[in-house]
Amino acid sequence: MATEATVLVQSNGHSFELPTLAFAGLPSTLCKGCGHNSITSYLIEACKAVGVNPYNTVKFSGIGCSSKTPAYFLQYSHGFNALHGRMPSVATGAALANRKLLSIGISGDGDTANIGMGQFKHACRRNLPLVYIVENNGCYGLTKGQFSATADLKAPLRRETGEQNTIPPFDLCLEAIMGGATFVARSFAGDKKQLLPLLKAALTHKGLSFLDIISPCVTFNDFSSSTKSWDWAKAHEEPLQEVGFVRRLPEIEVEQKAGETTNVQLHDGSWITLRALRHDELKVTDRKSATSLLMESNERGEFLTGLMYVAPDRPDFVTMQNMVETPLSRLPLEALRPSRETLQKIMETI
Amino acid sequence: MSVTFPSVETHPVSDGIATSPASVNDLAIRVGTVNGSGSQSANLVLLRALYAMGIPCSGKNVFPSNIEGLPTWFHIRASAKGYVGHRLDTPILVCMNEMTAKDDVRLLNPGSICIYRDDFAEDLRTIRNDVQFFPVPFAKLVEQAYPPDKADKAYRDKLRKVINMVYVGVVAYVTGIEIEAVEAGIRREFPGRKAKAAEINISAARTGYEWSKDHLPDNLPFRVERLDSTGNQILIEGNKAAALGALFGGTSVMTWYPITPSSSLAEYAEDFLKKHRTGPDGKATFAVVQAEDELAAIGMAIGAGWAGARALTATSGPGIGLMTEFVGLAYFAEIPVVIIDVQRMGPSTGLPTRTSQGDVLKMHLLGHGDCRHVVLIPGSVGECYSLTIEALDLAQQFQTPIFVATDLDMGMNLWLTDPFPYPEKPMERGKVLSAEDLERYGQFERYKDVDGDGVCRRTVPGTEHPLAAYFTRGTGHNEKSGYSERPEDWKKNLDRLARKLETARGVLPKPVIEGQVAATVGLIAYGSSHPAVVEARDILKDQGIATEYCRIRALPTSDEVTHFIERHQRVYVVEQNRDAQITALLRASLPGSITDRLRALTHYNGTPLAAENIVRPILGWEKSPSGPGWPTGNVEVDNPDKPHDAPDISPE
Repeated sequence: MATEATVLVQSNGHSFELPTLAFAGLPSTLCKGCGHNSITSYLIEACKAVGVNPYNTVKFSGIGCSSKTPAYFLQYSHGFNALHGRMPSVATGAALANRKLLSIGISGDGDTANIGMGQFKHACRRNLPLVYIVENNGCYGLTKGQFSATADLKAPLRRETGEQNTIPPFDLCLEAIMGGATFVARSFAGDKKQLLPLLKAALTHKGLSFLDIISPCVTFNDFSSSTKSWDWAKAHEEPLQEVGFVRRLPEIEVEQKAGETTNVQLHDGSWITLRALRHDELKVTDRKSATSLLMESNERGEFLTGLMYVAPDRPDFVTMQNMVETPLSRLPLEALRPSRETLQKIMETI
Repeated sequence: MSVTFPSVETHPVSDGIATSPASVNDLAIRVGTVNGSGSQSANLVLLRALYAMGIPCSGKNVFPSNIEGLPTWFHIRASAKGYVGHRLDTPILVCMNEMTAKDDVRLLNPGSICIYRDDFAEDLRTIRNDVQFFPVPFAKLVEQAYPPDKADKAYRDKLRKVINMVYVGVVAYVTGIEIEAVEAGIRREFPGRKAKAAEINISAARTGYEWSKDHLPDNLPFRVERLDSTGNQILIEGNKAAALGALFGGTSVMTWYPITPSSSLAEYAEDFLKKHRTGPDGKATFAVVQAEDELAAIGMAIGAGWAGARALTATSGPGIGLMTEFVGLAYFAEIPVVIIDVQRMGPSTGLPTRTSQGDVLKMHLLGHGDCRHVVLIPGSVGECYSLTIEALDLAQQFQTPIFVATDLDMGMNLWLTDPFPYPEKPMERGKVLSAEDLERYGQFERYKDVDGDGVCRRTVPGTEHPLAAYFTRGTGHNEKSGYSERPEDWKKNLDRLARKLETARGVLPKPVIEGQVAATVGLIAYGSSHPAVVEARDILKDQGIATEYCRIRALPTSDEVTHFIERHQRVYVVEQNRDAQITALLRASLPGSITDRLRALTHYNGTPLAAENIVRPILGWEKSPSGPGWPTGNVEVDNPDKPHDAPDISPE
């Protein structure tokens, strides 16, 4: 039984205990009060709660403030701080090399919506098994506050009186859904109650789990008129649902209460429970319903959070490769070289 | 039916102009056709027939960046001496495309034979009178062989393709290629379900052959005769050979993005992997991804290599450009990955279907800051196979990107070779620590040079041990892979990477050195220049110039290359790029006293290198080494009056 200082970890049929420090990381070097730090701490909590095995987990990031965060959690896990906007390709390769890995990618709005849009959308299209988190603050922190492609129209640059953004933003949840991601949610770094179950569900979903998390930049984009500030987000957040996550319980325990709760079962038997708070017309398993709600709410200027879309049954990219059960990285070398006779036969056909 | 042919006109040959002397088993044929007209099959049949007759042969496709409509040429060479390089003069020309026919005729040496369609608007015979012209009623003959079939809507389209097999028959007659060998070649080209097509094509070839027998003179000067020199050799493209290297080198993840001339390498490799690395249960021991671009292709390969796979990607120059930042990351974070660059002519989109060795220095130094990579350079299709296997091992051994530099000429053309040997060396896994290793050592620092060879130990994700994990980064790091901006950490790491490359230099494939150690003249070449150099050395020898030849197979170059240069007064470096990239690299790394022995001999017009491109400038240099008109080494500059192979094909 796990004690306070240890966490019970389940991995490929066996379970063992690890010290909680296995889930911790180095101290953050980001600004005090940065939304990213909150997300990191909730992510650690979520990993512990679902019993993620750090040895079989890999952390990826691109470049930017967000991309430093994989150093701050799961220190027993390998991490790869890749190139600006290119995290998805590196994660794709690693997932193919070792199909047993759980991959967590941390990106930012510049890293994904600007330089990395192509790789982001192709990862969605492939339904790569990856928890893809965008820590969205609408600006470039590390290069001192320039607009990113998620900055709202007319958002002021760096300060209340800053020059206004003249180009409308990308809605990354919409892009993810259109791209083919099978788990798409938006949340807010200040909404632990919602973010925690969403993270747990994302870690459990098999496929591309995309989370667009508004994560205020306290240095360059935290003034009252900024739609990516702590105060604005707190005041305007409209959660769509009360989100719950129930690990692998018998079906009867989460029996649907008609009209009130929607339950979605994930591949491993876990359940996401959703009690609608507003816009109960949203059908989370329906792409059309999700995209039209997002488009309409964008026009109205609403800041909706919650689970937008989930398709638990679409096969993920790694499964579709039809590879042997043993990870390619662990195959004995003999398995990778066909026989002498095979070469001879090939030579005869050329 | 009787057709009158003009008697062969003789023409006084002016001094110094080469004629095409009569020959046996020293044949070169140039076929000019329209891209997309199905001539490839016809040309392969000729090649297979020569091969079946036991005559060493090679084929080159000189084609435009186009699917259908633009001119394309196929060069076929048969040589009893085994020369398989490009040949500039082609004693036999087949003109199926009026658009280029006149230019092609102008390129011929006096005494050559020109076979052409008799329905061209302009009769080629008006152009010159020192060539034997054989107009052939191709349109009529093909309809004889393949009568109109009203039921078949695709008849016209098929007819357009079958007509090519008529010239196969004509060429067979003219050169003495056995019609039986042609038939066998056609059956091979149209196997199984295509048997009906085979019969139609055989009929076309026969019709061409029979017509020629009735209408063309016999005892024509350029002939082939059966030999026994091809033995159990095979005809294969470099791309297919490298794909086999990928298969037998144990590639487990291959990622790629389509780009000429490397696409067929990836496609062959995927086919081979599917066929030979899929279990009876349908489960694969590999993964292949056609990525969204080269950035993603290399990113995936690097992610896979990092996580423990034997990862490979294939591309060409523009792809190498896009991969630059990632390759620098893999160098600095020390991740195994193999990148095959089938080079084409740049800069920019350049001549995407023409050959070049213009990326060699770029590959060696790819990345920003101080990057330096191992580049393996196959000089034959056999080495495309063996060096791809070697590259996959070296990547694991040295935890770094390894380039394999081939080119369009090597990659997309057919070359005769001995069958490939099975790799005897066990596969290299490199210094990868298991959980048990970590338990035994009790410590692990990713970038600590424990063994003093610059090569550190690594772990892969999924290793169940508290010491296993580390954070891979492109930022400055210390031995523990922790972020560091300390000057000592930075310099120490960069110096260790240099030491690692020096360790690698000691085990890379050595140069192949042949010839006379005592010769005054040395020749250095690499890659697809090899066949032309082999032939050029024989010609030079006949002219009284003995040479020793050093073929570089890897960068950074080994000490043997330095010693080679030290023992020759003059060393010509043959390169298929303008800026003499390897010459520049050698000059930068050799002792200053010997750098002035190097003379670059560059060829960069997009055509494959021919022996003549090497011989002419060297003869000039060696026979008249000073004064006005001293050759520059550039065949175009040195021979302003000589037309240079391919005429203008621009559609504008």
